[in-house]
Amino acid sequence: MRIKQLLIGMTASVIAVSGYVEMAIADLKFPMLVYRTGAYAPNGIPNADGFVDYYKMINARDGGIGGEKILHPECETGYKTQVGVECYEKNKKDAMVFQPMSTGITYQLIPKATADGVTVYSTGYGRTSAANGKVFKWVFNAPVTYWDGASIAVRHILKNNFGNIKGKKIALVYHNSAYGKEPIRTLQTLSKKHGFKLMLLPVDHPGQEQKATWLKIRKARPDNVLMWGWGVMNQVAIKSAASIKFPMDKFIGIWWSGSENDVLPAGQGAHGYKSLTFNAPGTNYQVHADIKKFVHDKGEASGDGSHFGTVLYNRGLFQAMVQVEAATVAQKIHGTSKITSAMYRDGFENINLSAKRLEELGFKDFAPPFKITCENHGGSGLAAVQQWDAKTKKWNMITEYMYGDSDVVQKLIAEDSSKYAAEQKIAERCG
Amino acid sequence: MSVELLNFIETVLNGLMSGVMYSLVALGFVLIFKASGVFNFAQGVFALFAALTLVGYQTGQVPFAHLINELFGTNYHNWYASMPNFLAILLTMVTMIALAWIIERLVLKHLVNQDPIILFMATIGLAFALEGVGDLMWGSDVKVLDVGIPSGGSIWLEEATIGLAAEGSDYYGMYVDVLNIWATVIAVILVVSLALFSQYTKTGRALRAVADDHQAALSVGISLRSIWILVWAISGFIAMVAGIMWGTESGVQFSLSLIALKALPVLILGGFTSIPGAIIGGLLIGVGEKLAEIYIGGYFETGALENWFAYVMALVFLLFRPQGLFGDKIIERV
Repeated sequence: MRIKQLLIGMTASVIAVSGYVEMAIADLKFPMLVYRTGAYAPNGIPNADGFVDYYKMINARDGGIGGEKILHPECETGYKTQVGVECYEKNKKDAMVFQPMSTGITYQLIPKATADGVTVYSTGYGRTSAANGKVFKWVFNAPVTYWDGASIAVRHILKNNFGNIKGKKIALVYHNSAYGKEPIRTLQTLSKKHGFKLMLLPVDHPGQEQKATWLKIRKARPDNVLMWGWGVMNQVAIKSAASIKFPMDKFIGIWWSGSENDVLPAGQGAHGYKSLTFNAPGTNYQVHADIKKFVHDKGEASGDGSHFGTVLYNRGLFQAMVQVEAATVAQKIHGTSKITSAMYRDGFENINLSAKRLEELGFKDFAPPFKITCENHGGSGLAAVQQWDAKTKKWNMITEYMYGDSDVVQKLIAEDSSKYAAEQKIAERCG
Repeated sequence: MSVELLNFIETVLNGLMSGVMYSLVALGFVLIFKASGVFNFAQGVFALFAALTLVGYQTGQVPFAHLINELFGTNYHNWYASMPNFLAILLTMVTMIALAWIIERLVLKHLVNQDPIILFMATIGLAFALEGVGDLMWGSDVKVLDVGIPSGGSIWLEEATIGLAAEGSDYYGMYVDVLNIWATVIAVILVVSLALFSQYTKTGRALRAVADDHQAALSVGISLRSIWILVWAISGFIAMVAGIMWGTESGVQFSLSLIALKALPVLILGGFTSIPGAIIGGLLIGVGEKLAEIYIGGYFETGALENWFAYVMALVFLLFRPQGLFGDKIIERV
């Protein structure tokens, strides 16, 4: 009798579980590789909160994407490459897209995801040459790449020097990792083109101690310092720059070195520090009003809601919006709401975030419009310069969105992607 | 004087100052190792926890606010707007003493007479647990720590040294961060106080007795448990000082726990059982890594010698003097 009961119970459980799995498959799975713990958590948390709040808002306001709820399981990477790869392996089944939030993890996932047929979206980070869609079918890095970033920073310096930086000295303080090394090649090419001297100053993880680096800068007196930093490295660098009285308006960070976290510890010393950005800070956007109404006011905010409107939170919103838009486009292309990973990729490759579409999505004036095509997975290549006002504790956009040096960047992308295609024996596509 | 020589002196000076910051962390390790033979892997997390607690008290943060709000649907974040620095430091000290007591009750008490490796493993567990508790209690945001210690380049030193360079040379004075000068003064006061305490007080003598020989100390009626609580509390206090100094420099955040890694080569160099060793070791490491980064870093394509050169120094030193500069000589009789 007991055995019979047990068997009936087990059968019922199996039916229930398979029913759940069936339901889960019908939903759209957007696994999140996050780092809410460890040395980089202060940056990982607001970014992840932005993602989660956006997904929750879409589920609450629109009932999901085309009626399909978004599932967003989190996997903690601690910003560690190996753990990130394990997270990918655990979550890749039925996944629409992976946002690794680390250049190191992105590099590891590119061949794996390509083989598995899963989309990787590294928003403004990762392998720059992945912008070439002819070679990197499954990887997208729109709206702007690190090489665009390097050339936009140099363009800004050029503008402030009346178009002539010959003989000037530019130092690059960078995180000694795959991420930090990305702009070196572009800057070397640009230094030959414009005649400036490039100083390379690596800082090892985590970057808590940088005294020797800044003593070198104090002695060499570069005209400008660029920074590719992350986590505590940014805070220490900005504080050190202020301490040696380096002019802050000549210190420009990449978009990952320009959040509130990076400048607040330096207090008034950080006043005037600049960074590139591809999205606006603040809460004056329709998307924020919707998140407040459908998520925060219902007590559903990710975390304590304190990061709402910060630079990295807003970037998370932007990243999530692009990922959701890709699903919407895929559903339209394939005429079904129940899209597969392969269909999702098609959607990504046909994203057209025009000014009108951005407004419809609640992102009016939040970021410049961009389009993704079969050839171009890198987007518009537009970024602006923002500057920190330590008195009001606010970032202010001080330039329009501008393009980098496409002659230099496109040539480098073509070179690097061709090399990768040859190594991996990938035939170029897109006709 | 030539600019090159002045730059060299500046590098050495900054190396010494950085070394003091490393010594502050190493001191906590040495104290616990001397008294209990435990290599406390959690010392870096102690510094982080102390700094987090200090900022929490300063800003009136409700401990475990996230957890409380999640469980009870409340919205508590702050008790009060701010607390005077002195009071916040005092409360942090009390918290660190309480932490020492808890560690003794929950961990050490149950591991008496175990192998050193077991105790070491326990401190690794303690490090992760404490990091998690710190996260739950105070959150993971970068926190600004300001206890009124000035920071930034010393203008006085810059002006005093600008004239030392040969006339007409391109030199604008020597650079030292005022925060590091403060750290040096505080480290000196700390070491002198520790020396006086252990030399001239009854408890201090008991502490030294335990450090010399546990069994003998027990046989004359010294309570091993209270000495252990005391030592862990003192090292918690030192961790707080280190946390304040490092936290003022970079903001209080979880990477602060990694400063423990900076103390390891200092300990190898100075010895695990010597307070002067921790100081001298720190100074040597500080100077060594700064000189290496500035004068030979350029020859390495990858650069960033500052972080790993200390370990090269420690490794070389290990080959010739495994017990460190001031450590007790290892003698094993067969």
